[in-house]
Amino acid sequence: MKVRVKFSKEGPIKFIGHLDVMRYFQKAIRRAGIDIAYSAGFSPHPILSFAAPLSVGYTSEGEYFDMELNSLDDIQRLKENLNAVMAEGIRIRDAAELPDGEKNAMASVAAAGYRMAFYDRVSLPADWKEKLSAFYQRERILVRKKTKKGEREVDLKEGIYDLKIRDNEVVMLLDAGSGSNVKPGFVLEAFCECEGIELPVFPFQIHRLETYKRKEDGRLVPLLGSGPWEK
Amino acid sequence: MRTLALSDEILMQVEKPARYIGNEINAVMKDREKVSVRFAMCFPDVYEIGMSHLGIQIIYDMLNRFEDVWCERVYSPWVDLDAVLRRERIPLFALESQDPVKEFDFLGITLQYEMCYTNILQVLDLSGIPLLAKDRTHEDPIVIGGGPCSYNPEPVCEFFDLFYIGEGETRYRELITLYEECRKAGEGRREFLRRAASLSGIYVPSLYEVSYKEDGTIEKMQPLCQQAPRRIVKELEKDLSNTYYPQKPVVPFIKVTQDRVVLEIQRGCIRGCRFCQAGQLYRPVRERSLDFLKEYALKMLENTGHDEISLSSLSSSDYTELPGLIDFLIDECRRRKINISLPSLRIDAFSLDVMNKVQDVKKSSLTFAPEAGSQRLRNIINKGLTEEAILQGAKLAFEGGWTRVKLYFMLGLPFEQEEDIRGIAELCNKIAAVFYETVPKEKRNGRVQIVASTSFFVPKPFTPFQWAPQCRKEDFLEKAYFTRKAISEQLNQKSIKYNWHEADASVMEGILARGDRRLNQVILKAYEKGCFYDAWSEYYKNDVWMEAFADCGIDPDFYTGRERGEDEIFPWDFIDCGVSRAFLYREWQKAKEETVTLNCAEECQGCGAARFGTGICIKVLGRGGNSNEGES
Repeated sequence: MKVRVKFSKEGPIKFIGHLDVMRYFQKAIRRAGIDIAYSAGFSPHPILSFAAPLSVGYTSEGEYFDMELNSLDDIQRLKENLNAVMAEGIRIRDAAELPDGEKNAMASVAAAGYRMAFYDRVSLPADWKEKLSAFYQRERILVRKKTKKGEREVDLKEGIYDLKIRDNEVVMLLDAGSGSNVKPGFVLEAFCECEGIELPVFPFQIHRLETYKRKEDGRLVPLLGSGPWEK
Repeated sequence: MRTLALSDEILMQVEKPARYIGNEINAVMKDREKVSVRFAMCFPDVYEIGMSHLGIQIIYDMLNRFEDVWCERVYSPWVDLDAVLRRERIPLFALESQDPVKEFDFLGITLQYEMCYTNILQVLDLSGIPLLAKDRTHEDPIVIGGGPCSYNPEPVCEFFDLFYIGEGETRYRELITLYEECRKAGEGRREFLRRAASLSGIYVPSLYEVSYKEDGTIEKMQPLCQQAPRRIVKELEKDLSNTYYPQKPVVPFIKVTQDRVVLEIQRGCIRGCRFCQAGQLYRPVRERSLDFLKEYALKMLENTGHDEISLSSLSSSDYTELPGLIDFLIDECRRRKINISLPSLRIDAFSLDVMNKVQDVKKSSLTFAPEAGSQRLRNIINKGLTEEAILQGAKLAFEGGWTRVKLYFMLGLPFEQEEDIRGIAELCNKIAAVFYETVPKEKRNGRVQIVASTSFFVPKPFTPFQWAPQCRKEDFLEKAYFTRKAISEQLNQKSIKYNWHEADASVMEGILARGDRRLNQVILKAYEKGCFYDAWSEYYKNDVWMEAFADCGIDPDFYTGRERGEDEIFPWDFIDCGVSRAFLYREWQKAKEETVTLNCAEECQGCGAARFGTGICIKVLGRGGNSNEGES
């Protein structure tokens, strides 16, 4: 049976990269005594797949992985057992058995919500919020994007499903599908370049709010549970 | 949540920021207000190396079991962060609390290899602690040195307030209690050091004076006060089955060198190879009981979630309960899908059977460490491995499906001749020949792969070769070229790959290993000129080191180039590692005569370690071995 787990990653542990988070969970699952299934072969590994990699330095409250289990007593107890062995900063928020035929977490990812803030050391014009709103209101946002095959021009607007400003934070819903993924930093970098705002290295704090899949009717819903993106 | 010592901006700019954030699984957090002593334990190399060290995990666990003590970890910041800390004047911090090291009561630094010496200075410097012990005040931590290199602490003695000589399990409680007493009584740093000097195993270098003869050798070493003993006997844990060992070792977030549960099955070695320092320092060999190891293996696997366990010791094949332990591990690990990483075992039917069970034969290779190419030279170094045993082991292995063989040798061993080096090439060739004789053509999948590696021999204190001269860099390189040429002349040369190590770093290691107090200024000078991370070949700057020697007016050849006389006083003579100098000298003479010495399990050689009354010494004496302890 397959179980999907939702977790958050906050605080200093944001400096642990995606591969190390995967290794971390492999060990945590063993510490928690979860009866995970292993692949066949000479060096079997636990069957575990993560939704969308989170870059080093980002925090999140909407991370997911799926695992294949041999047996499961109680999903609530699984969640508690995992939480009992977590490092500071990582919490299991939810866990649920997946219905048969559900696509795996990674293949399901369609969008992700982010909250971003500029670090204090970035000097912004006083009217940056108005400018950003105007930037987002444009019909098309043409930017040059580096790809493996060189540079090409893309319309960033297609990948931004929503963008709003709350106090000093920018909240965005972005395309996170494989191949069409829009990085949150890329949006604000494009804005700053357009406005001639100079950015130091690592100018933003980025927090992932949720990871979404697309239902058959086209609606975006979280990988676990319900709750739409707040318009 | 904790606040880090470094800003996000800095952490995002350095390679592997996870090196500096602490709070790994099983890292110990305490309330700084509720402990009376704060101990920073440092491995002066990068995190991934330091975190792989078992000794620190043992001491870390032990100190944190003391309610009044909080022990935290410190590693050398990598070169990128090093530059940032200097530029931004950020003091070096401990991982757990992220508090500056300078605020701690103790800074313990383990000395695992000589080439880390400049990194000691890096750690002190970045911490804002005066580099020289004599310049420190009550505001600075007490800086303690330990680990194998502290058996000759003299080249770095001015950087340390005290050294702990020997195994860490035994004396730290007393030392810390003494510190607390001194503090309560309002006694200062000097008084504490004076009193600490009278504790067993503790060496306070500032309480001794060394004078030199005209030829540069030592005239005498004189204690300056009553509390400082003339000889310092190493500390030793007598009962390894009833002592500190971590059940919850720290699990790093990032991949480190030793990313697995490590089970130390025994300490010490019965073999007595004459080049090997560890084989003498950790005498007598003491085993941990099978029950102890079974219990700790399971607990550590449970508490870490590691997917691999390895056994650690010198000459693991000599552990008497090995078959029982391996059966147990194979059983338990198969169930839990845990890999077993085997130590290097003597290649025979037993070990091949075990390797077959736990490794993918196709991927794994077979390792032999003959160390020398000819039987004559193997007798000189007392390495009991014969050509017959190697070829027999190889034959068995080839029959079992192995196709890759690794061989380790040393170049520049005492009394080495061209014939001995040629022996390296010939031995490789013979092993290849055994493959082609054993495995019929239709069963071969390409050639056998033989990889021969040579390192350059470095004479170490407390070994029979402590009297021996070391080769110069040019000699070493000539020997490596000769080896390469000899291999290229072999019939099966296409099956043999040859690697050799850097020569100048091996010479520097030799200088530091047998150095005296006068090297403190050279190391300091080299550090000031920009040397650190000398153990990393990409950062090792031999020319800068040579400049440092020239600036200090010290001839490096003095430490390596000459054979030392029978009666020469060595800088490390005041330390008693259990093995007597008379025994080592006998072994040096036997080396010259090309005579082998039986190992501890076969017959007691009276090395002196029997006085500790534990381990193999009791066993062998118990069945009527030689109780002659050897004069010291």
